[in-house]
Amino acid sequence: MTDLTKLTIAQTLSGLKNKDFSAVELTNAYLKNMQNKRELNAYVLETPEIALKAAKIADKHYQTGTNHALEGIPVGIKDLFCTKSIRSTACSHILDDFVPCYESTVTQNLLNAGAVFLGKLNMDEFAMGGSNETSFYGPVINPWSKDEPLVAGGSSGGSAAAVAADMCAAATGTDTGGSIRQPAAFCGIVGIKPTYGRCSRWGIMAFASSLDQAGPMTKDVTDAALMLEVMAGYDQKDSTSTNIEVPHFAKVLGQDIKGLKVGIPREYRPEGLNKEISSLWDKAADILKARGAEIVEISLPHTKYALPVYYIIAPAEASSNLARYDGIRYGLRVNGEKLDDLYINTRTEGFGPEVKRRIMIGTYVLSAGYFDAYYLKAQKVRRLIKNDFEEAFKKCDVILTPTSPVSAFKIGDESMKQNPINMYLNDVFTVSVNLAGLPALSLPVGLDHNGLPLGFQLIGKAFDEETIFKAAYGLEQDVGFVRK
Amino acid sequence: MAIDNNMVKQVAFLARLKIEDSKLESTKEEFNKILNWVEQLSEVDTSNVEPLVSVHEGFVKARADEVTDGHIKDEILKNAPMQEFGYFAVPKVVE
Repeated sequence: MTDLTKLTIAQTLSGLKNKDFSAVELTNAYLKNMQNKRELNAYVLETPEIALKAAKIADKHYQTGTNHALEGIPVGIKDLFCTKSIRSTACSHILDDFVPCYESTVTQNLLNAGAVFLGKLNMDEFAMGGSNETSFYGPVINPWSKDEPLVAGGSSGGSAAAVAADMCAAATGTDTGGSIRQPAAFCGIVGIKPTYGRCSRWGIMAFASSLDQAGPMTKDVTDAALMLEVMAGYDQKDSTSTNIEVPHFAKVLGQDIKGLKVGIPREYRPEGLNKEISSLWDKAADILKARGAEIVEISLPHTKYALPVYYIIAPAEASSNLARYDGIRYGLRVNGEKLDDLYINTRTEGFGPEVKRRIMIGTYVLSAGYFDAYYLKAQKVRRLIKNDFEEAFKKCDVILTPTSPVSAFKIGDESMKQNPINMYLNDVFTVSVNLAGLPALSLPVGLDHNGLPLGFQLIGKAFDEETIFKAAYGLEQDVGFVRK
Repeated sequence: MAIDNNMVKQVAFLARLKIEDSKLESTKEEFNKILNWVEQLSEVDTSNVEPLVSVHEGFVKARADEVTDGHIKDEILKNAPMQEFGYFAVPKVVE
């Protein structure tokens, strides 16, 4: 029998419908694979009983013909999502034993569609990091590693590794500055950060509320379309969720891209850009061109300021959002004589170094006397970055860029340990999209000389994920990338 | 705008974090590295630019101010590190 865990969602759904295998058999295949690959450290919590219970219900639904869109599909959930009665920690010591009494809207949408939850996935603590090394539970190992362990990327490192290693059919991720797209690129899978407002943020532990978005991480473009359609949708419980119809994304897959204008931003090809990335970029553009797209050069002049803007705004919002972790209502408490001592002891012990660093930076840039110079200035430049995209989209329909300037690097890389800015620089191609609130999908396009995947992203206009899916599907057809 | 050890201590206290004295110097240096790096924003002319607070400008809608859930006190208290008489318990705050 074929290995069920190798199938895409689309293939799995047709197998389930044809009764080639049952949801319980499928779930058991995944649970076994999870067990065999525990050394990757992708899951921080496995929930086999919950999964099998859901799979049994799914089988009943197939028998009675009442199956939903993702009935019986085994998925992994990033630990940033609150899942009812299932421990949810954001991979932080400060939320050690937190068991939510409610379900995030996005995961509820997946449950309503019949998805089977296999467990909670590893991530950088509170989604702050680009290598999954800030997790309280330790780094995730990239399934593409050869002689030495490589990072899976971050912050959704567990999600990316689990999908690449067939430890789930698909996973949820969240993306504040590249946290879906960069790990997807490092692990050779597909990930989309939808338009800000497309998916509800309710029940997702907040990092930087004006930037955070949930999205799917999948084996291919079709699966991303199937997952996003279920995850997305208006939600009254998130005031920034947009009341706009969710298109049937899969419908556009395979549609002609003749005449589609694909923008190539010249600022994304700086002096010294890795030659392999540069030539794969040309290859991707040529593929789209051969399918009838027109390649146009565009300019996003404020690109170089996106990272400094991001590293003011994201920590500022984080410092405010993470004020709630005080040891009073949930999570870790480290006692102290006075109330202030309790707060300080709890937070000092509960947060890891990167989270503390960002809380401190955020506190500083929001403090009296520095607010205008840093925070307000960053918000103004943020508008210029958004304006750049608006101008660019007058000339093109979608933008093609590399996802990351590097492929997966070693766990414990010295240069990044010594200077946090070196780690921040990995987000150079991804953060602008969050600042502008736009959708972007990363897909694998090729391998570097070490045999490691390199990803490229397609950036679309706000609420135009359909054009992204259309172009990405075309690219995927001809790029010949072989999944792990 | 380089910051000194006192400022690091002050910011840490505002954030209710403690920096060990032995870590003060390295924290300050790291802090200054990051601040120097973001300093490059000063070269952008933003004299006629409105700050962008959220990309969601203009659309944010408030729902009616009504209780839509509730009566789940026990469930909420389940996660409390310490509780007494149906309340969150904290060290004595009144002298």
